[in-house]
Amino acid sequence: MVRAALAGVGVAIAAAPLGCFVVWRRMAYLGEATAHAAVLGVALALAFSLPFLPAIVAAALAMGLTVTLLRGKGFAMDTLLGVIAHTALAAGLVTVSLLADVRLDLNAFLFGDILAVTKSDLATIWIGGALILGLMTWRWSALLVATLNPDLAYASGIDPKREEMWLTLAMALVVAVAIKVVGVLLIAALLVIPAAGARSLVKTPEAMAYCAAVIGTLAALGGLWGAYLADTPAGPSIVCAAAIFFVATALIGPMIRKD
Amino acid sequence: MTKTLISLKDMSIRVDGRTILEHVNASVSEGEIVTIVGPNGSGKSTLLRAMIGAVSPAQGTVKRATGLRIGYVPQKLALDAALPMTVQRFLGLPKRIPARDAVKALDIAGVPDLRERQMTKLSGGQFQRVLLARALLESPQLLLLDEATQGLDQPGAAAFYERIEQVRRDLGCAIVMVSHDLHVVMAASDRVLCLNGHICCEGSPNTVADAPEYRALFGSGTKGTMALYQHRHSHSHHHDHHHAQDKTH
Repeated sequence: MVRAALAGVGVAIAAAPLGCFVVWRRMAYLGEATAHAAVLGVALALAFSLPFLPAIVAAALAMGLTVTLLRGKGFAMDTLLGVIAHTALAAGLVTVSLLADVRLDLNAFLFGDILAVTKSDLATIWIGGALILGLMTWRWSALLVATLNPDLAYASGIDPKREEMWLTLAMALVVAVAIKVVGVLLIAALLVIPAAGARSLVKTPEAMAYCAAVIGTLAALGGLWGAYLADTPAGPSIVCAAAIFFVATALIGPMIRKD
Repeated sequence: MTKTLISLKDMSIRVDGRTILEHVNASVSEGEIVTIVGPNGSGKSTLLRAMIGAVSPAQGTVKRATGLRIGYVPQKLALDAALPMTVQRFLGLPKRIPARDAVKALDIAGVPDLRERQMTKLSGGQFQRVLLARALLESPQLLLLDEATQGLDQPGAAAFYERIEQVRRDLGCAIVMVSHDLHVVMAASDRVLCLNGHICCEGSPNTVADAPEYRALFGSGTKGTMALYQHRHSHSHHHDHHHAQDKTH
């Protein structure tokens, strides 16, 4: 239980700053697609007896880069993403089922299995989380300018396309560390909901990231506690808890914030 | 000799297979004010974006002086309501600045009291001035203004341009601006570039203003503006691209 709590908190904190960018840049769909691609990564890892983690990161990264490049080319993304994100998920599931000799609890990948987190999983989460936070801190200002306006970024000597690649990389890493906690189907929720909940409470981008981390942490702990009390699945319970925080902050935010 | 800050040599730009600018030769030297005029779709904004490196030329070169500091005020900046941003924080992007510097920059831009406001809560005029303040903070050698007075009323625009002139006097930076306001062009520019997919003509506004045949055209709307500048070089237009003012004939 302690390990589960530590895992949940680690993922919540790692996802917070990236989640803010997902909200600001309206790329929730990219999170979705990247996460779904992870299933394909799992399938490939099984098929070729590769370790899971690098395969998941590679598949997520490949998907993220594909989507980012296509978006840059001006494709209408919602339809295209509907196609590739779900194809990746479906193809992954089909592939896993074809590997008949493999007994794999697919539910653990789809919805997470936070209660079964091992010590090495925990290490992965916290090391991966530290990497993600380091990356986001390092690129923070440049990413903010690029998000505000690409031309402003160019004028300041920042290449917005390069910054977008850093975001894509961070996204792939978040998918890899979050998969054990909430599963591929709910990773995007863990990115978007705490950040969206933080929005109505804050005045600056940095405050939003910190606040999202706090909401994510409370949601992880609250969700685990609720799952324990009501014997519900942990990953979905965490997301439900985050949603409750979102509604609460949306209601009280306008009352306490003056600007 | 004054230093050349930026020079475009035989630069052509294509976007999605469409030629926006062709064979543009232009340069900006230290401290001068250059105004770019031209009809809609003539490539004015694209020219500025080429100067900051946001679009790369399909042909020719864009040369910036080494370490050139550019202040850029975009035509419009749509801030997403999902992104909380105080004026102070916005001014401090990409490099954070102390409150004192923010106040000073806002003061120069003529809006001293906005520091703690949310960007999304500003009026159009305040927003443009905050953009200007941010552009000035990088202590630019070259200030690029892309129709910076769009959405401002006449007095607002006039006040904004007064600020710009003040800024040039104080900071001595070169200014390239895209503008529709004829009187500004006449009053403040050292040089005018007339653009329509290529540089139609360029010259000093004074020469232009002294020419009676052009004075006769003064005030006859956009077409008058277009015709204002002495065509010093005999040149032929390539009519393989669309001239917006042709529509009115």
